[in-house]
Amino acid sequence: MVEHRPLTAFLTHLVLILGVFAIALPVWITFVASTHDELRMNQAPLPLWPGEYFLANMKQTLFGSGLSGTEQAPVWLMLLNSLAMALMISTGKIAISLLSAFAIVYFKFPFRMGFFWMIFITLMLPVEVRILPTFEVVANLGMLNSYWGLSIPLIASATATFMFRQVFLTVPDELLESARIDGAGPLRFFFDILLPLSRTNIAALFVILFIFGWNQYLWPLLITTDTSMTTIVMSIKQMLEAAEQSPQWNIIMTTALLAMIPPVFVVIAMQKLFVQGLTETDK
Amino acid sequence: MLKRVHFPTSALPYLLVAPQILITLVFFIWPASQAMYQSFLIEDAFGLGTEFVWFENFQILATDNHYLASFQRTAVFSLLVAALSMGFALILAGFAQRVVRGAMFYRTLLIWPYAVAPVLAGALWVFMFNPTLGIFPYFLEFAGITWNHYLSGNQAMALVILAAAWKQVAYNFLFYLAAMQSIPNSVIEAAAIDGAGPARRFWTIIFPLISPTTFFLLVINMVYAFFETFGIIHAVTQGGPGTSTTILVYKVFNDGFVGLDLGGSAAQSVVLMVLVIAMTVVQFRFVERKVAY
Amino acid sequence: MADIQLKDLVKSYGPTEVLHHIEGDIKDGEFIVIVGPSGCGKSTLLRMVAGLETVTSGEIAIGGRRVNELEPSARDIAMVFQNYALYPHMSVRQNMAYGLKIRKLPKDEINRRVEEAAEILEIKQYLDRKPRQLSGGQRQRVAMGRAIVRDPQVFLFDEPLSNLDAKLRVQMRLEIRKLQQRLGVTSIYVTHDQVEAMTLGDRLMVLNGGYVEQFGTPIELYDRPASMFVAGFIGSPAMNFLPTEISAGHATLPGGGLLPVASSYSGAATLGLRPEHLNEDENGPIAIEIDMLEQLGANTLIHGRLHGTGHSITASVPGHANDGIGSIRRFSAAAELTHLFDTGSGKRLDI
Ligand SMILES: Nc1ncnc2c1ncn2[C@@H]1O[C@H](COP(=O)(O)OP(=O)(O)O)[C@@H](O)[C@H]1O
Ligand SMILES: [Mg+2]
Repeated sequence: MVEHRPLTAFLTHLVLILGVFAIALPVWITFVASTHDELRMNQAPLPLWPGEYFLANMKQTLFGSGLSGTEQAPVWLMLLNSLAMALMISTGKIAISLLSAFAIVYFKFPFRMGFFWMIFITLMLPVEVRILPTFEVVANLGMLNSYWGLSIPLIASATATFMFRQVFLTVPDELLESARIDGAGPLRFFFDILLPLSRTNIAALFVILFIFGWNQYLWPLLITTDTSMTTIVMSIKQMLEAAEQSPQWNIIMTTALLAMIPPVFVVIAMQKLFVQGLTETDK
Repeated sequence: MLKRVHFPTSALPYLLVAPQILITLVFFIWPASQAMYQSFLIEDAFGLGTEFVWFENFQILATDNHYLASFQRTAVFSLLVAALSMGFALILAGFAQRVVRGAMFYRTLLIWPYAVAPVLAGALWVFMFNPTLGIFPYFLEFAGITWNHYLSGNQAMALVILAAAWKQVAYNFLFYLAAMQSIPNSVIEAAAIDGAGPARRFWTIIFPLISPTTFFLLVINMVYAFFETFGIIHAVTQGGPGTSTTILVYKVFNDGFVGLDLGGSAAQSVVLMVLVIAMTVVQFRFVERKVAY
Repeated sequence: MADIQLKDLVKSYGPTEVLHHIEGDIKDGEFIVIVGPSGCGKSTLLRMVAGLETVTSGEIAIGGRRVNELEPSARDIAMVFQNYALYPHMSVRQNMAYGLKIRKLPKDEINRRVEEAAEILEIKQYLDRKPRQLSGGQRQRVAMGRAIVRDPQVFLFDEPLSNLDAKLRVQMRLEIRKLQQRLGVTSIYVTHDQVEAMTLGDRLMVLNGGYVEQFGTPIELYDRPASMFVAGFIGSPAMNFLPTEISAGHATLPGGGLLPVASSYSGAATLGLRPEHLNEDENGPIAIEIDMLEQLGANTLIHGRLHGTGHSITASVPGHANDGIGSIRRFSAAAELTHLFDTGSGKRLDI
């Protein structure tokens, strides 16, 4: 800061603190809702300060039989489903993007650029523009209601491929030459040299992709009909619908809290990698 | 693009690209071309046969008032989401950038909503605005405003805009802060010596210098508002009341999956595809990719 | 036994030929330096020997065996790169051991070799460090160590010292030479620095524009340069060139002076005179009008023009000098130390 006037400094911090409060407010309200019982949560005005039912709500949400009037899987199972989906999507994307970037950068072969453009095209075809036909493909392949169906169709990734391509291009040519003289073949070079050198990029990308995978909504909604395959993020919709008959807001909001804790925790705990991943992939 | 030295040609590179290419073909290119093909078909009234009708589906869309209204609504929705979240992020980043020590602390406190799924953002906001219980309607009542987004289309629109913008502030803040921090300190100091106060410096020096970031974020936010907000609409308003929050992605889903109007939905898909392609091209052609971090 | 034969080697990138019909026989244990200006094809030639570039036509044989089609790792060579090309994520020890590990040598053999090389190169105390924790000179040693442990038939060096500061360069130069003599491994060393070339090489291959200008010992190159290019490239300060007419064992200099030459040639030619071969002689035929003096302490370089002409010429005289600018000094040169070149082709005239 160029100025050193205490008043401006005070105002600066004041604005920022107000901003932080404004951003945090919805989550605070959610948290507060998860600490009261159903009775209290049905009286206006709603509380703004935590009560003492947090653990009870957690227990009921995680292991209880769900909202009355719905047929939902237990929340712990949804969390597991979400975790499996997020991990499969993120590791899958990273694995196949690493391989194709390696091929495109380090090999000269017919149709190389054709493949490159084919991967590029996926950038322009989000699920939202091909909902029905993609659903049909997954259904025909018998992948509905499976982890494979939840993850595989999402793991093609132009951004990840481009990012790894960028990373590989900055690796000096002499390392490859050196490795060739040392007798390393392509796969050996990939695993011994390239992968260790891309370690932080992989970690950064993993953070972004884990969040991406965890937060999937439309896709699981389309291809899971079996309640045992429900993910926690998509369950919110059914809960909100159920709330119109049985407004168990304490349970709904505890579920919402549980649905956001894992990705939020990842962002905060791995902030440096998260920022690196976000700026490197430009989304 | 390619290393000067490369491995000798063999079958290996094909094996390496195979998984990605296979998935791309099966789940991206094939369905997209299916959508394109179906956009040329119309099913007869009994769903027994289909007829190839060239661009009739598109003609129907172009004259369908519901569709045109949805188009307009989507434009307004996206612009407001982008303006709201970018404006808020710009102000916060402008102040955070002035804090020498602690900027990173504020960053930590402001970026985590990025990790909240859009549909969850919708859930949090719809709870706060619950007409009978929510805290905002409770306080708005004192200001003489009766809140019920189940009845008022404008209020429903406002609610989904707020929820969508709230989640995106984190992303915009992060990029704005990085852009501002990459401006050399000496430039700011020179302006201060020239007698420009903090506000003037912000508008005449900092803001113009980060305009590439603003443009980049505008594109990113439009794409976000167009596509990724589906969850908010689907969970919070189902496009209603009436069709007052039916944006294009919601409509394409609803017409195809619920209304089972295959040709029409496919034509809408194709229109959306064209929009994404346009935005991607803008992003790659005109956006300064390396906004200097 | 690892002699190397280069037979009619040609390298083209697309339609452009960058190396033209290179011939060369390298004896076992010899230290060969390939020298020439930047872009002349030195690295390309070296990398062809390494197997990192394909051979367009011709043949490379190592130890009598044609290697054109062999992978680099099958040629039994080791290479030291300009930027060292150490694996950044591996410790010094792992860097040196990597090639041996791939070759599936027993663990204790690997350890023994690494320790031994580290001993020779005095890098034992750094074995567990990562490359980024080392200075430039130390990284250079690790790169050498990586080559040594392989115990190859041939060492290849591509400007290995050019990233070091001047003082370290001189020191490492000596060490490389000593090491090569001790190990007796056939070596090819690429540099653009003629001093490095002269001090290191048993023989020098002077490359220019993809052609071999001359291939010989440093003394041969200095005493009997095969072309104006070699003559100008080897020796410092560079040789003077003057257009002359030769007849009856004398060269007529521009401006009229007559200088005896050891040649029976007659006609126009370019005369080459090394600055250090100009002797002060009050009656000498070479009159230099002084433009500038360069005092080097042990000797002085006199830069000027041949009196009455525009031809610049440099002489080196022992000790100090304090002649004024514009004053004139006269020199002569021994006939057997003059060089004559064909003005058109630049080739040496030996008649
Ligand atoms: N991969 C390549 N493609 C085309 N031309 C090349 C390539 N590599 C080198 N060259 C050209 O070959 C010539 C010799 O290059 P190089 O052997 O690197 O020169 P040096 O090492 O002597 O400086 C240069 O003119 C260079 O431009
Ligand atoms: Mg070179």
